[in-house]
Amino acid sequence: MNRARADEEEYWHSSKFRAFTFDDEDDELSQLKESKRAVNSLRDIVDDDDDDLERVSWSGEPVGSISWSIKETASGSTSSLEGRDSSLQKGSSSYAALPKQVSSYSLSSLFKGRNKLPSFQSLSDALTDTGVKNYAPELRRPKAEYKDYSSDWSPKDTVRRMQRGKVCSLERFRSLQDKLVLLDEAVAGHDGNVITAVLIFLKRTLRREILFRELEVRQVALCHLIHFLRETGEQKLLLDLLRFLDRTEEVALSQYREHLNIQDVEKRREFLKGCIGLPFSAEDTSHIQDHYTLLERQIIIEANDRHLEMAGQSELFRKYPRKASILNMPLVTTLFYSCFYHYTEAEGTFSSPTNLKKTFKIPDKQYVLTALAARAKLRAWDDVDALLTTKNWLGYTKKKAPIGFHRVVEMLQRNNAPVQVLQEYVRLVEDVETRLNLATKYKCHDVVIETYRDLKDRIQLTAYKCKVERGSAEEEKINSILNNMQIRWKN
Amino acid sequence: MAAHLSSGRVNLTALREAGRRELREFLDKCAGSKAIVWDEYLTGPFGLIAQYSLLKEHEVEKMFTLKPGRLPPADVKNIIFFVRPKLELMDIITDNVLREDRGRSPQRDFHILFVPRRSLLCEQWLKEQGVLGSFIHREQYSLDLIPFDGDLLSMESESAFKECYLESDQTSLYHAAKGLMTLQALYGTIPQIFGKGDCARHVANMMIRMKREFPGSQNSIFPVFDTLLLLDRNVDLLTPLATQLTYEGLIDEIYGIQNTYVKLPPEKFAPKKQGEGGKDLPTEPKKLQLNSAEELYAEIRDKNFNAVGSVLSKKAKIISAAFEERHHAKTVGEIKQFVSQLPHMQAARSSLANHTSIAELIKDITTSEDFFDNLTVEQEFMSGIDTDKVNNYIEDCIAQKHPLIKILRLVCLQSVCNSGLKQKVLDHYKREILQTYGYEHILTLNNLEKAGLLKPQTSGRNNYPTIRKTLRLWMDDVNEQNPNDISYVYSGYAPLSVRLAQLLARPGWRSIEEVLKMLPGPHFEERQQLPTGLQKKRQHGENRVTLVFFLGGVTYAEIAALRFLSQMEDGGTEYVIATTKLINGTTWIKSLMEKLEPAPF
Repeated sequence: MNRARADEEEYWHSSKFRAFTFDDEDDELSQLKESKRAVNSLRDIVDDDDDDLERVSWSGEPVGSISWSIKETASGSTSSLEGRDSSLQKGSSSYAALPKQVSSYSLSSLFKGRNKLPSFQSLSDALTDTGVKNYAPELRRPKAEYKDYSSDWSPKDTVRRMQRGKVCSLERFRSLQDKLVLLDEAVAGHDGNVITAVLIFLKRTLRREILFRELEVRQVALCHLIHFLRETGEQKLLLDLLRFLDRTEEVALSQYREHLNIQDVEKRREFLKGCIGLPFSAEDTSHIQDHYTLLERQIIIEANDRHLEMAGQSELFRKYPRKASILNMPLVTTLFYSCFYHYTEAEGTFSSPTNLKKTFKIPDKQYVLTALAARAKLRAWDDVDALLTTKNWLGYTKKKAPIGFHRVVEMLQRNNAPVQVLQEYVRLVEDVETRLNLATKYKCHDVVIETYRDLKDRIQLTAYKCKVERGSAEEEKINSILNNMQIRWKN
Repeated sequence: MAAHLSSGRVNLTALREAGRRELREFLDKCAGSKAIVWDEYLTGPFGLIAQYSLLKEHEVEKMFTLKPGRLPPADVKNIIFFVRPKLELMDIITDNVLREDRGRSPQRDFHILFVPRRSLLCEQWLKEQGVLGSFIHREQYSLDLIPFDGDLLSMESESAFKECYLESDQTSLYHAAKGLMTLQALYGTIPQIFGKGDCARHVANMMIRMKREFPGSQNSIFPVFDTLLLLDRNVDLLTPLATQLTYEGLIDEIYGIQNTYVKLPPEKFAPKKQGEGGKDLPTEPKKLQLNSAEELYAEIRDKNFNAVGSVLSKKAKIISAAFEERHHAKTVGEIKQFVSQLPHMQAARSSLANHTSIAELIKDITTSEDFFDNLTVEQEFMSGIDTDKVNNYIEDCIAQKHPLIKILRLVCLQSVCNSGLKQKVLDHYKREILQTYGYEHILTLNNLEKAGLLKPQTSGRNNYPTIRKTLRLWMDDVNEQNPNDISYVYSGYAPLSVRLAQLLARPGWRSIEEVLKMLPGPHFEERQQLPTGLQKKRQHGENRVTLVFFLGGVTYAEIAALRFLSQMEDGGTEYVIATTKLINGTTWIKSLMEKLEPAPF
């Protein structure tokens, strides 16, 4: 299936990679538009009673649906409270008069004593009941069912009862042996709810070392306890457990996660500093280190720049006030910020882009792109040019872009670069068709003219004459090329 | 209201009825007037079971959304909380209860209805806050499998995949087994169970165990389903990562379908009358329900988007012609007949107008350069091109700070299509992502690694090409207009999960033993004995019915592929689909991401 490079051309043009072009000759979009017109024109014929068809509010919620009603009744409770209340009282009094009218108490539910005691029969229980059981529940369910604390259920029965949602006392299971049997039964039932309940009991009644030791050989229960401790935020116990299990990387990540709950930056920095020594994988360790270093930097830059901004001395900050603080922003955002406000600083300062690049080993491509975006935003076209210029060892300069010049052009165009600036980079777009498209779109006449000349395309060049101004230098250029007898036109 | 549920081979109205019955029974337990306080997440799923009218019949007078603070004043006897068993919701309830004015008279009674299950952990939590005693009824409502359409059931448990594969918490599997028991109680014991994956094995085990423990569950209903196929999502991690290209799939990818509803930007849904425009342009999103009750939608939902336009324009012509008929109606009788057809024609017209607008919205996106580039890379990966080196497009997307989820989807796709990435490639992506989006995402990357979505290639061998070839996952000659293979749903890629279902029906899994061994988890077959009287005698030419249960989520494109197989003339099998959650690549990855903002409490 490995396609040779030579096949690429064919592959790009084969139909299956055409994402969404309709096969029909006539453009599908116009077809859609046409059907829409057809449909809309029908509105004049039949209208008005539209709403009777489907009773929906504009938001599409069918009138009477639950989420629609929440809004309805909730708003009613605040706005027309009084009116509602009076009607409500009437309503409730009529309920009192006819207590059983609306309810659907069935004979069987009365037998089950449903209204007297909380019964936890679930849908599936009810459905799997046989008919006999429905009408004479006492035959199969002893009265003791309702008395939880006095009876002597086996671990298995206890678990089964808990699965059905009944509250059971677990205090009777005193010996370690009993407790472990209970836990194993719970695990065998797969019901996380019950497993967790048993674990809560064990956690409360067993010594920590014993609990840990027993869980180590019971992986499922162990996972539930870890999940439970995470949910309830018992961080200390969780870390102890993970340490006991020698799951050091998890300990590290779990501890690192905590930093998200620390709002104060100074405290957060301190905390991250403590995370560096944790047993992460080698790769992650360097990321955590970087995270700490970055925040440390950001705190320094933030303090400095806030001061600068307040003082109002710096023109840059006056002209482009900061929209947000740089604290806790990603590295690339920080780099953008420093390319925007601190571009010319010497490498020695913490806020200089080159310093950031070195400290965090930012790849060239990423750096150039970010710097380009920042300098283009400031319309510092010289900086843009410098970023795209490389010198080889003989001292010749050459233009080079990390992401295709067409992307560069788009980026500059978004920042309203003048034609003279754009032109230079449009010219460097390698693919002729893309180059022509961009040049035409952004009115880089010189590039269009030169490209047609190089293509020896007299027809297109002649046609382009009407796009340039009468008597302009461009027109003159076209004419002189067209009159050039040296060129062998292809058409 | 629920007619579309009975349109399929299996009448799912019965399941909905069972759900409604249980809801009524609970409401009647709390005698007197009531207000319901809703965990907002639940209103959608509940809406598929019951309307407000049902609640009203049982004295529900007010409904509120669960939020911290004092409960709104409402002169009712009972306040009932409908909530999922989540600790953060318990904190809100606690707050509500503690702020309740004890002096008010008459006092209001509190109750909790846990959906789908009571949680002892939550109750313990409430106890520690000292409010557990305030609740008179604490019950559960086993809303396990919710009927979404005539052939579709979902548990709408958004965290099921994360719990199963990241946290080894099998509670959602327990619910799945419970739901299957309910289903069997209503539709008969399913004689054959097939499965692939660890979770599938667990669910089958639980079902067998539950059956043994409740001997009374031996029912005497003639079995509707012939086969149950349990599939782990982690057997096929690839499919959800790819962009779905069916009409419904794209609606979900772009706008997100929730509980059969979609919210759309209102601009294309112009106000009805001319001259009203301008200042009255709607600003609220337009909300539409999408299910097979709508004739047109049922016809186009599962088509490749490229085949939708022609259907819509054909329909437009038919409807225009139908309305033209009025000019030919001369006699009173003819006019009368025309008028009697009007409601139906109008419904068809408004449905067509809606879908034309939606198709336009989608087309704007699918024709964009970025959609094209993204799809090209996806298809390269899926057909096995350049999966072992750093991809330029992904790098460019990171450099331009495209949404993180998009990046993660692509990187994971590449990893899955290469049986893991080379360490150097993986490290490179990781570094770029962390530097651009923030170091804290190291936690998310770790989760993805744990789930097997993003990992280093350990064995040094890439199994994907073998799997792709044996299962014919990449089809070069795909026909989007008149498909002859399931690969049309991704314009070339045939979803692995559905291939497994297809091959199981014919010729059977024995033919692909080797590949099955390369995919994670065991594959197995179980039989459930039926009493002699219930054994099926198949009529000649009658199709088998297979229930495919996706543990960990299913996409609309996979559903479309299964429906395609159901409709194949010589297919011989019709499919009903069940899942823990309807997902797409974005919602799926999101469920695995570390929540970075601390909880509001």
